[in-house]
Amino acid sequence: MRNGRSKLAVLAAIPLLAAACSNGGGETDATGDGGGDLSASLTGAGASFPDPLFQDWIYTYNSDVQSGVDINYQSVGSGAGIEQFLEQTVDFGSSEEYLGEESLEAAAEARGCEAVQFPVVFGSVVIAFNNPDLDGLVLDAETIAGIYSTEITSFDDPAIAELNPDMDLPSDEIVPVHRSDSSGTTAVFTHYLATEVESWADEYGEGKELDWASGLVGGQQNDGVAQGISQNPGGIGYVNQSYAQEAGLSVAKVVNADGTPIEPTLESTIAASEEADVPDNFQFAIDGIGGEGYPIAGTNWIFTYTCGYDQESADAIIDFWTWALTDESAQDLAGELGYAPLGDELTERVIAELEKTNSENGDEG
Amino acid sequence: MSTEAPEAPAPEEPRRGSLHSGKGRMADPIFKWAVAACGTIVLVILALMVIRTTSEAWPVFVKEGFFGFLFGQEWTTGNSRTEITGTYGAWPFIYGTLVTSTIAIVIALPLAIMVAFYITHLAPRRLAKPLSYTVELLAAVPSVIFGLWGLHWFLPNVLRPFFEVLESVLGWFFLFEGPIRGVGYLSAGIVLAIMILPIMTAIIREVIAVHPIDQRMAAYALGSTRWEVMRKVVLPASFSGIVAAAMLGLGRALGETIAVLMLIGGSQSWGASLFGTGSSMASHIAATFGEAGPEARTGLMAIGVALFLVTMIVNILARVIVWRLGRMTGDAAV
Repeated sequence: MRNGRSKLAVLAAIPLLAAACSNGGGETDATGDGGGDLSASLTGAGASFPDPLFQDWIYTYNSDVQSGVDINYQSVGSGAGIEQFLEQTVDFGSSEEYLGEESLEAAAEARGCEAVQFPVVFGSVVIAFNNPDLDGLVLDAETIAGIYSTEITSFDDPAIAELNPDMDLPSDEIVPVHRSDSSGTTAVFTHYLATEVESWADEYGEGKELDWASGLVGGQQNDGVAQGISQNPGGIGYVNQSYAQEAGLSVAKVVNADGTPIEPTLESTIAASEEADVPDNFQFAIDGIGGEGYPIAGTNWIFTYTCGYDQESADAIIDFWTWALTDESAQDLAGELGYAPLGDELTERVIAELEKTNSENGDEG
Repeated sequence: MSTEAPEAPAPEEPRRGSLHSGKGRMADPIFKWAVAACGTIVLVILALMVIRTTSEAWPVFVKEGFFGFLFGQEWTTGNSRTEITGTYGAWPFIYGTLVTSTIAIVIALPLAIMVAFYITHLAPRRLAKPLSYTVELLAAVPSVIFGLWGLHWFLPNVLRPFFEVLESVLGWFFLFEGPIRGVGYLSAGIVLAIMILPIMTAIIREVIAVHPIDQRMAAYALGSTRWEVMRKVVLPASFSGIVAAAMLGLGRALGETIAVLMLIGGSQSWGASLFGTGSSMASHIAATFGEAGPEARTGLMAIGVALFLVTMIVNILARVIVWRLGRMTGDAAV
């Protein structure tokens, strides 16, 4: 009996196996359809904030555009991304902070030619709540700083009430939640507070990790923050817009430089990126956003070198990022995931910068 | 455990013709060298790790001073590539590690002893086997699963209500002062206790199981209750083994990273209340390493050195305790 059953199991497995094989074949066929004449294997490393988008881009690019180009992006974090780029263990690096002069010099010294950096995508950081009744609550930089420095401890605080005259505010104790891991989201959030609120800059400053006021809750990654928010009745925290959108969290409107309360949406993030004044060296932060722009926004940069790639890799790098920045399907992917693409004028400048990749290389490939 | 056994004279080599080849004669020395090499590798790896991390962390120790680093309360990383510009005080993390490990061992040790005693002495045979398998299975659960389960289910459904009761009864005591945030030292410590329970139970069970039955029978014959047999006969004789089990458990608790990271509430400040949030040494390294620049990395290396030191000191203390108590109870030292 036992024997018979195991034979049956084997027999049953055969068609499954065949199906699996033919499936695999179908997939390679599909990637073959993508066509393209480039062939290279690229590695990149860096920020985790744009990782979902990068993975989608890489998959779509590989299956629809250039099937010969394999790109492996590791979301090891911005700091590690910069390090690996400077140690030249990856073809391109990615970070939520631009390279400063010191890093650029280190890069040039190590490689023997200049490094290139350019922004590829914008994202905003949203304030999320536990209490769904508070959806659309208006906050400004001062009240957010007050909440995170534990000066404002309940939702019916006069400072919040003043911004929300029509809302029935609960007297719940506010429990602010922050990222406990070192993160670009924290950098964007605290940069905003430090730029807008002087006392915050003096007391807490800005950075990827911070010495927060005691009594706050720390969460590991976006998920940890979301748990911290949902498990405390008065929970409030900051997360990437892409995450908040996916998790369906209730979010706050934030007052921008023109005094308008702005809801964090894709449109308001794009508006913010258009407000940003981007210098020629692409070292910028999105500060003092007015108009229709949502004020807490950050950028992701990509780094490459102007020499040292073989011709195939260089072509693939330029082709991939040009596709990601200009192709409509790539831009749609970004929008779906809550990331804002660059404006037209900026895209043009970024492409010009991107094309400097490997331009200093000698004659040979 | 006794390493001082007198060396027995090497047995005569067997003189059977078929086995007595040149190769056979070499087998013993080769085996001896292979085993010696394996033993040495452990020491070499340890030495390399200590030297490497210490040399990488050196600039931080130079700037802060050794005790300044260990007991400094402020941790602010700088962004330089060449020098140390931030302030590096690891006390909040050292405190977090010590507190969570202490909570874990205080909860897990008595529990492990009782579970082991139940499995070996009291449980009916058909229950004892499955129970001990289950405990061992618990040891195979990866710590990230403990972390996720702890954060998403155990914390909101079990720990939080328990904390609220605890706070309403003992809130006047500084260790149990509110506010309750869910994550914190106590949550991390309790989940750690669950994590180190299996290894401790397994070892203690083995130690208790080899306790000679004659002694127990003699004690029962003298009219002892089960409690007295366990308390006065089995436990003293198994003392050194139990301490060894506690040491292994404590080692895991001190170094546990991901589950603590998810449950301790990652903050750089520290406070006496067990409901408070903090960070442990391992969890802080894991939380910030990915985004760390060269200077911050130096600081994290220094935490690594401190973690190594703390582990060593705790181990030495435990040896001393065993040695002292062992002399008192007449038991062989570990």
